[in-house]
Amino acid sequence: MGHRFAGVGAVRDGLDGVQYLADEGIAGVVYLADRLAKPVLVEGPAGTGKTQLAKSTAEMCGARLIRLQCYEGIDESKALYEWNYKKQLLRIQAESQTWDEVSDDIFSEEFLLTRPLLEAIRATDPVVLLVDEVDRVEVETEALLLEILSDYQVSIPELGTVEAAQIPLVFLTSNSTRELSEALKRRCLYLYIDYPGLEREREIVHTKVPGISQSLADEVARIVRSVRQLELKKAPSVSETLDWARTLVLLGVEHVDAEAAAETVQVLLKHRSDIEKALKELSTGDARSSGLPR
Amino acid sequence: MQVTARGAGAGPSPLLGLLGGFIAELRRAGLPVSLTEHLDATEAARHVPLDDREAFKFALAATLVKHHAHWQAFETVFEVYFSLRGAEYEPDGDSWADDVDPAELLDPRGEGRGAPLSEDAFARLLFAALLRGDQAQLRAAARRAVQRYGGMAPGRPVGGTYYLYRTLRSLGLEDMLERLLETTREQAGRPLTPLEERLERDEMESRIERLRKEVEAEIRRRLVADRGTEAMARTLRKPLPEDVEFVHATREEMEALRKAIHPLTRKLAARLSRRRRHRSRGVLDFRRTIRQSLSYGGVPAEPRFRYKRPAKPEIMVIADISGSVAAFARFTLHLVYAISSHFSKVRSFVFIDGLDEVTDLFETSDDITEAVHRVNTSADVVWVDGHSDYGHALGVFWDRYGRSVNPRTTVMVLGDARNNYHASGSWVMRELQRKARRVFWLNPEPRSYWDTGDSIMSEYSAHCDGTFEVRTLRHLERFVEQTF
Repeated sequence: MGHRFAGVGAVRDGLDGVQYLADEGIAGVVYLADRLAKPVLVEGPAGTGKTQLAKSTAEMCGARLIRLQCYEGIDESKALYEWNYKKQLLRIQAESQTWDEVSDDIFSEEFLLTRPLLEAIRATDPVVLLVDEVDRVEVETEALLLEILSDYQVSIPELGTVEAAQIPLVFLTSNSTRELSEALKRRCLYLYIDYPGLEREREIVHTKVPGISQSLADEVARIVRSVRQLELKKAPSVSETLDWARTLVLLGVEHVDAEAAAETVQVLLKHRSDIEKALKELSTGDARSSGLPR
Repeated sequence: MQVTARGAGAGPSPLLGLLGGFIAELRRAGLPVSLTEHLDATEAARHVPLDDREAFKFALAATLVKHHAHWQAFETVFEVYFSLRGAEYEPDGDSWADDVDPAELLDPRGEGRGAPLSEDAFARLLFAALLRGDQAQLRAAARRAVQRYGGMAPGRPVGGTYYLYRTLRSLGLEDMLERLLETTREQAGRPLTPLEERLERDEMESRIERLRKEVEAEIRRRLVADRGTEAMARTLRKPLPEDVEFVHATREEMEALRKAIHPLTRKLAARLSRRRRHRSRGVLDFRRTIRQSLSYGGVPAEPRFRYKRPAKPEIMVIADISGSVAAFARFTLHLVYAISSHFSKVRSFVFIDGLDEVTDLFETSDDITEAVHRVNTSADVVWVDGHSDYGHALGVFWDRYGRSVNPRTTVMVLGDARNNYHASGSWVMRELQRKARRVFWLNPEPRSYWDTGDSIMSEYSAHCDGTFEVRTLRHLERFVEQTF
C-alpha cells in the first residue's frame, strides 16, 4: 500500500497549506498513523484544535471526513449499522416466495443501513474517520470500536465480516472526562495537544486572523500566555484567543493597553471570577503580588 | 516470540537493545507499557529518521505514553537514555571559541575570543543571551556555566542537585530578573504601563526558567556520560504525581500535585454523576406498568420502574491542618468541595488544638485554591501551643456542633491521629458514630505506622465505620469512588 506522506516535514507543510499550524509532535504522530496504519487518540484541553486536526488532515489529503459524534447511550445501531426493518417488512409482504428464499434475501446489503463506522470501512474513495469525544460513551460501548480500530473490519452476524477496502486515517478525540480503557489506548497512537507555546500561538493568530498586524499578534499571544499562568477556572483556549484577536481587529485596536484589555476580556474569559482575577493581576504589573501560595 | 523473530531478522541491533532498556526503565518508573506497545515503538522507530532526535522522541511518546501525566517521567528517562552524545557535546572542550559558534555569542566589544573569558565577561555574555532570549545562545551559555562553576569531576559521589545548586548560585540569578527588567525599561525610553511591565516580567521569567532547564539538562548529560545510563536512571526515578505521598512531597512535587488534582476532580465528578444516573433504575412499578398497558390493549408492553432517588448525604469534614498533615487536608478539602454538588450540604471544620468552622470561606469564594489559602490564614485554630490536640478539638466540635449531626450526616475526619500524648477524647467519636450515618477516618500515614509513637489511631478507629490509608492522590480517588 502506498503511503500518504513522504516524511514528517511533508505532513507539516501539508497542514500548513490548509492553515493548520502543526508542531513537531502533531506532525510526527499524523505521519506515524499513516505508516503504522494505526488510529490516533487525541487528548487535550478543550479548544486546542483536536477536532480541527482531523478536519485539516482530511482537507490536506483531499479525503472525505466521516464523523461519528459520540454521546452517552450511543449504540451499534447508531455507530455501526442497522437493518432497515421497514423495508424488510415490505419485502416479505410484497412477494409470496418460500420462506428460505425470503430469509436469505432480507439480510442482504440492500437492507443494510450503514452508520459512520461501517461507512468509513466500506468507502472506496479516500476517507478520514473522526470519532469525536469518545470519552462520552460508556466503557461497555467502547468495545464496539475495538474491532474496527485494530483490524479495520466489522463483523455482521447475518452477512459475515466486512473488511476495509482501504485503511482510513482514524482520529479519536477525548476531553478526558474519564479514563479510557486500556484496550482502546493500546490500539491507538497517543497525542496530547496542549496549549501552544508563545511562538506557535503567535503564528496561529497571525495566520487565522485576517488583517492583524505582527505586533498585535505578538501582544495577544503574550497576554494570553500570562493569563494562562494564573489559576483560573477555565484557561483561555486557542479558539477563544482567536476570537479575542478578531474582536481587537474589528474594534480597530492597534495596541492592547489595560483599557482595551478590560473592555474586551469577556471574549477571552467566560467566568466572572476569572475576569476579575485576570484584570486585577494584569493591572498590577508586579507578578506574584496576589499573596496566593504558589 | 515476535520480538525474537524481529530482533534476529535485524541482527543484534544496538538500537533495539537500547530501546529495550529504555522501556524496562519506563516500566520501573511506573508507566504501564504493554508488549504490543513495545512492538509498536520498535516499528515506529524504523519509520523516523534517527538523526532527528525530536521526531524520534515524539514517535516513542506516541506509542509508549498513553497518559498525559506520564509525560514528564517519559521525558526524564528519554533524556537519560538518548542523551546527546555528539563530538560537540564532549564534556571537556575547554575553549569558548571551539565550543560555540563565535557569531552566536558575540561579545559586545569583541574581546575574549579564543582566550578563556574573565568572570565579568561571562556574566555580560549571559546577560546578553537572556536579554535576547535566543534558545541556542542560552544553551551555549548553560553549557559554559556548568563547565565553569559546576565543579563536576568524574566519579564524584554527589547528586545532580548539588551541581545544579552550585552552578545556579554562581550565576547570580536572584537579581537577574530585576536587572533584565531594568534594562528593558531603559530600552523602552519611557515608563512601562503595568500591563507591559507584567508581560515583560513573564517573558523574562520564562527565559530564566529556560536557562535553568538547560543547565539542568547539561548536568544530567554529563552525569550520564560519567556514570552510565542505568545508574543515572535509577537516581532520577521519581514517583508519578498520583503516587506522590502527601506527607513527604517536596515543593516541586506539591506543584505537580496541585496541577494533577484539577483534572482528577473533574473526572471524578463526571464518573459519580454518570453512576448515579445508571443506578437509577429500580424495581418494577406494578401500578404504573398496568396503567401504561391500557394503551396497548392490556398487554404490558412497556414495563415501568420505580426510580430510586439516591440520598444525597450531608458531609462534615473535620480536618487536622497542623504542619505535618496540612497538605493532605488541603487536597482532601479541595476534592470534597469540587464534588460538593453530589452532597446536599458540606460543612467543614479545621483544627490544630482549637477548632473553627470554615464552611463560609468555601461558600463565599468561587476559587477553591483561594479558599484553602484563606483557611490557613484566617481560621482560628490554635488554642494553646499549636500542636495537634485531637482530644480538645473533638471536644470543642461536640460542644458547638454536635447537635447538628443527624442520621443523614457522613462525618470524615482527616488526620494522622498523632495526639502529642494528650487525652484522646475518643468518646466524641463514639457519640458521633451513634448519631451520624457513617464516620470515616482518613489517615495520610501508612497503616504500619498507625499506633506507633504518639499515634492513637486504634482508639479512634474502634468507633469508625471505616478507616482508610490515604497517602496519595490515587488512594484519595479510590476512597471517594468507593464511598460515594
